[in-house]
Amino acid sequence: MSLADFVPFLPEIFLGCAGFIVLLAGIPLGRRGSRPVIALAVAALAATAVLIFLVGRPAAGPQLILGDMLVVDQFAVFFKLLVLAASALALVMAAGYLDRAQYSGGEFASLILFADLGMFIMASGANLASLYVGLELMALSVYVLVGYFKLEVKSNEGAVKYFVLGAASSAILLYGISLIYGTTGSLDLETIRVTLAEVPHQNFLLLLGIALVAFGMLFKVAAVPFHVWTPDAYEGAPTPVTAFISVAPKAVAFAMFLRLFAGTFAGEVEHWRMLLWIASAATMIYGNVAALTQINVKRMLAYSSIAHAGYALMGLVAGSDAGTWAVLMYMAVYAFMNLGAFGFVILLESRGYAGERIEDFAGLARRHPGAAAGMLIFMLGLAGIPPTAGFMGKLYLWAATVEAGYIWLAVISVLMSAVSLYYYFRLVVQMYLKEGDAEDESPAEMLSDRWAGAAIAVCAVMTLAIGLWPAPLVGWAKSGLSALGLV
Amino acid sequence: MDFLVVNFAEILFYCLAVLTVAGGIGVLVFKSPVHAALSLLFTFVMVAALFLLLHAELLGAVQVLVYGGGIMVLFLFVIMLVNVKTLAPEQAFLSRLAPLAVVAGVLLGVLIAFALIFGVLVSGHGDGTALRTVGGAEIGNTEAIGAVLYTTYLVPFEIVSVVLLVAMIGAIVFGRRSAGLEIEGGGGES
Repeated sequence: MSLADFVPFLPEIFLGCAGFIVLLAGIPLGRRGSRPVIALAVAALAATAVLIFLVGRPAAGPQLILGDMLVVDQFAVFFKLLVLAASALALVMAAGYLDRAQYSGGEFASLILFADLGMFIMASGANLASLYVGLELMALSVYVLVGYFKLEVKSNEGAVKYFVLGAASSAILLYGISLIYGTTGSLDLETIRVTLAEVPHQNFLLLLGIALVAFGMLFKVAAVPFHVWTPDAYEGAPTPVTAFISVAPKAVAFAMFLRLFAGTFAGEVEHWRMLLWIASAATMIYGNVAALTQINVKRMLAYSSIAHAGYALMGLVAGSDAGTWAVLMYMAVYAFMNLGAFGFVILLESRGYAGERIEDFAGLARRHPGAAAGMLIFMLGLAGIPPTAGFMGKLYLWAATVEAGYIWLAVISVLMSAVSLYYYFRLVVQMYLKEGDAEDESPAEMLSDRWAGAAIAVCAVMTLAIGLWPAPLVGWAKSGLSALGLV
Repeated sequence: MDFLVVNFAEILFYCLAVLTVAGGIGVLVFKSPVHAALSLLFTFVMVAALFLLLHAELLGAVQVLVYGGGIMVLFLFVIMLVNVKTLAPEQAFLSRLAPLAVVAGVLLGVLIAFALIFGVLVSGHGDGTALRTVGGAEIGNTEAIGAVLYTTYLVPFEIVSVVLLVAMIGAIVFGRRSAGLEIEGGGGES
């Protein structure tokens, strides 16, 4: 390990230091609301992105640094920038929300930054030890964020459920890692990959280890049957936190999933493919069907996010290059659509309280035509209708799945996308065809918050832009492939 | 007598393993939280003894100091502060799921036992040298751990320190009494 090894690690070091600074700056700045400290945190995220551009990119091919613990490659850069964008948007949306609820922004912003640091390690870990530690840092920060509104019973409930189940899933993941270490004698991803590629293992302990790691990862991406925490955590968490955890941790969990299964355990693909096929099909069916009957928008979006994890899992089942970059692409697309949809839930206020019921959207098109049009874009995107990005994302996943010969899985996902139209359009029907004033209660109001409005506008523009002109993102996602030992 | 002498390590291992599992079961079945916590302490000490049996002295010592010492004291403190004498019977929704949990637990146990037995039969088992070697040369356990912790595993080590910091921030966020906030839903003091 030399000093030069630390240069590509500078973005992470900077992010960690920024977490401290934001935490401390939150004390004096906090007296004037959460906006100054959130602005500071967003500036830190932008500076991190610049640092990644300057020093954190691979010069030529994947480069292992710091005792082979981390790898610098395009794959990691893709997810790091995605995480930075998602957390910046979530922070900007959170500013007004925190002020309205009178919670301080310093700890909030610094926890997001520390979660980002954990996600960076998850995206770039080249060793099971560093991957696991990064995952724990992300998870612990997110548990606290879910329970951040500590005086709200729902927030407490969500945090406790998430924490207990998350700790159990971490134990399962760790047990799997220990079995893999015991049978292959290494924690290094490349060493394990080479060992498994040379000698196809039939060892039951190894297979159990891989299965347990798969269970741990399925929990983190909220796939059936490890999804039970999702609706409660998403509904209970402060809405900006829900927007954040439904996007960034899910994306990096898929990054780690891909690095482990499409890369390291690729030699054992015949053993784990069936497992993921079943998980993918079950996740798509359950997520979409359960979302049909929800009356709370956050809960409905929680089930929809479960369903989207099922779609993305198809790319892993395909196990091909096309499947892998389709997952990268889908995670980026999904991030913008989902953040935008949650952005409107953040802004909608009903009788002095958060407007989370589907009926709260009634008559929105007449009172706030712009907001209703924006929500329509995100609903179309999540349902996968052209010309939005959601359609392009699903198209590439379907193409990869069919190409790999898993026709039935693709058929299930097309059918379930059709089912999903129902619940996304329930919201659209409420906005455009229902009158909000029919009841004697005062209708839900769309708050005007310039920051959140700007963040939502960015999401809407991205959703449309990627849908109309996907080539740059596709090219970028394909460049991430060189890293995995896939090529 | 010869049998005992030759197989002393194995016999000791199985005795300790049975006691460890017994301690774990005790945590589940004891009605009094204090007894359950002490049973957990017993499990921790037995695991420490297992580490010693593998010549991982540092891990054994850390197991006693951190788990037997720090974490157990914390457990007992919480039990004393909350002041529960006996655990109330499980609420309805938990007991409804109990048969399912038993089935799942037994299935997982059978699966793990199956994999362990066949895995060991197929590939044999190690002798614990990995725990005390570094770079192929067998040196003292403490030295080996220290050497890899501050060189190869420097990044995970540093990240763990951030994990601890986040845990501390979390404790402050939840524990602090905030001015200007009103308790909602009549949940009592936060």
